[in-house]
Amino acid sequence: MSVLLIAEHNNKEVRPFTYNAITAASQINEDLHVLVLGHQADDVAKSLSEVPNVKKVIHVDNEIYENYIAENYTAAIIKHAESYSHIVSSANTFGKNLMPRIAALLDTSQVSDIIKVISEDTFLRPIYAGNAFATVKSNDKKKCVTIRPTSFDPADKSGGSAEITKSDPAEASSSTKFLKKEEVKSDRPELGTARIVISGGRGMQNGENFKLISDIADKLNAAIGASRAAVDAGYITNDHQVGQTGKVVVPDLYIAVGISGAIQHLAGMKESKVIVAINKDGEAPIFSVADYGLEADLFEALPQFLSELNKLNTIQK
Amino acid sequence: MKILVAVKRVIDYNVQIRVKEDGSGVVTDNVKMSTNPPDDNAIEEAVKIKEAGKAKEIVAITIGEEKAQETVRKALAVGADRGIHVKVDNVIEPLAVSKILKKIVEKENPDLVFMGKQAIDDDCNQTGQMLAALLNWPQATFASKIEVKDNVLEVTREIDEGLETIEVNVPAIVTCDLRLNEPRYASLPNIMKAKKKPIEQLNASDLGVDINPRIEQIKVEEPPKRKAGIKVASVEELVQKLKNEAKVI
Ligand SMILES: Cc1cc2nc3c(=O)[nH]c(=O)nc-3n(C[C@H](O)[C@H](O)[C@H](O)COP(=O)(O)OP(=O)(O)OC[C@H]3O[C@@H](n4cnc5c(N)ncnc54)[C@H](O)[C@@H]3O)c2cc1C
Ligand SMILES: Nc1ncnc2c1ncn2[C@@H]1O[C@H](COP(=O)(O)O)[C@@H](O)[C@H]1O
Repeated sequence: MSVLLIAEHNNKEVRPFTYNAITAASQINEDLHVLVLGHQADDVAKSLSEVPNVKKVIHVDNEIYENYIAENYTAAIIKHAESYSHIVSSANTFGKNLMPRIAALLDTSQVSDIIKVISEDTFLRPIYAGNAFATVKSNDKKKCVTIRPTSFDPADKSGGSAEITKSDPAEASSSTKFLKKEEVKSDRPELGTARIVISGGRGMQNGENFKLISDIADKLNAAIGASRAAVDAGYITNDHQVGQTGKVVVPDLYIAVGISGAIQHLAGMKESKVIVAINKDGEAPIFSVADYGLEADLFEALPQFLSELNKLNTIQK
Repeated sequence: MKILVAVKRVIDYNVQIRVKEDGSGVVTDNVKMSTNPPDDNAIEEAVKIKEAGKAKEIVAITIGEEKAQETVRKALAVGADRGIHVKVDNVIEPLAVSKILKKIVEKENPDLVFMGKQAIDDDCNQTGQMLAALLNWPQATFASKIEVKDNVLEVTREIDEGLETIEVNVPAIVTCDLRLNEPRYASLPNIMKAKKKPIEQLNASDLGVDINPRIEQIKVEEPPKRKAGIKVASVEELVQKLKNEAKVI
């Protein structure tokens, strides 16, 4: 049977992790259908129909799907579940909020946050903040799976021409109301998909000092991350948090500044290709995962780093 | 209002996890156990709501082996009024936990159920949403702020893009983020008092729910280790290495 992927989008554009989830979903079964629930999201449906891996797009347009109300989404997804062997989405806050609600109604034990598809029913997933990997086999007839997006490459975006079918909305929940979204807009690359990430921790001491980080981020076209301690202390907003209870990032280059390297932080970044740590404590655990460690005071090292970067005549973008 | 809070006993977050050599799981013998961290936030929030005069009773529930009771005892010491321990001997999946919780909710009729957003052992992030689905209640997940207003809750949720605020009607399920509040420590007199508070014991088998696992754990292994890196002597050297050796800038 086919796989149904729930698209994440903002009614105008497909959110990038949907493409990573498409790759994983089509490894489960090539007959991949995508469900777009949205309000005036025709462009989203169209973009997804052009993804070569996608065989069919089901588009449901209604104002009740303008925001991600899990209750409303679930009712619509359940209507389509019958014809599918797997229902999948990304394991980000979108999919984490939504998928268990679907799984419970289908009486299925969900497999969360997979990092590898071994077969149609067997997957690899991290447990204990990534300190162990479990190979798990789902014995449920219908499987609900969330995908760790950074463990799969994004699918090609063009060349396909899947059919788009329209479908009717399900009933809306009257007990949940969306009030507002405080989105932090920035021109920088997204944390989850950036090629370079530079993160600050408690060692930054305050929010103003994050300027030292953002200057370098601008230079390298990097996204900015943070430890939970830095977010808790109010230096920077929650959407920057990297780790077990934040975002998982796998950039080509991760620069950790004034971060000790607690296992909960490592859970979100230790798969990065190259890791740099700047910390004044030579014993800090972050050095145990760093390819290049610099034992130094960040308040001296960061300005020097910027000026060395300025000396380079080319920087990869 | 009555608030039910679900607390899970897990390996303490400071413990260095070790994988068993036979691949059957992780070492749990002689390992420090604690309450799952965000569940402490769930209890704290319930106690604050009660202190503000907006809740009358807090019931703490855990599902697990005999020793899981310690987790309920700790919740009682922080301010829960009474406890429930549903005894199970094996590890159970979030779907089964949510089915047990549903039975308890039907018996206790709470107005709110507070839970953690994620258990730090299985990292599933499922149980609250599943319980909400089974009860057909609204869900407010990853809460970092809760305002109780008569029969609705205004909840600020931590999402990838930033923050989202929703309003849910009571009864509702809330799953808590660590940033929701600062959990208090139990005082010695309160720990003593908690010893006298009642904990009801039930067996999962008495509740008539199927708790058999649906997911087979085939093996547990250590993640691949990173190869050891080097220390650089200066920022200049660092930049040279990144440019010429790692070729990432
Ligand atoms: C359930 C749970 C989930 C968690 N989830 C996450 C998560 O998702 N992400 C996360 O990050 N954390 C998470 N944590 C918190 C985690 O355990 C650590 O407390 C946190 O990562 C520490 O942040 P930090 O490294 O910035 O601060 P600290 O541990 O205080 O380290 C600060 C570092 O800065 C260095 N430093 C200070 N001044 C300077 C200077 N001038 N120059 C250079 N170096 C300096 C110090 O040597 C130190 O190593 C979680 C914890 C729990 C219990
Ligand atoms: N065995 C259990 N007993 C009590 N509460 C639980 C149990 N398992 C999960 N929970 C609750 O569900 C939350 C999410 O767990 P999980 O879905 O496993 O990540 C936890 O933070 C607890 O509040």
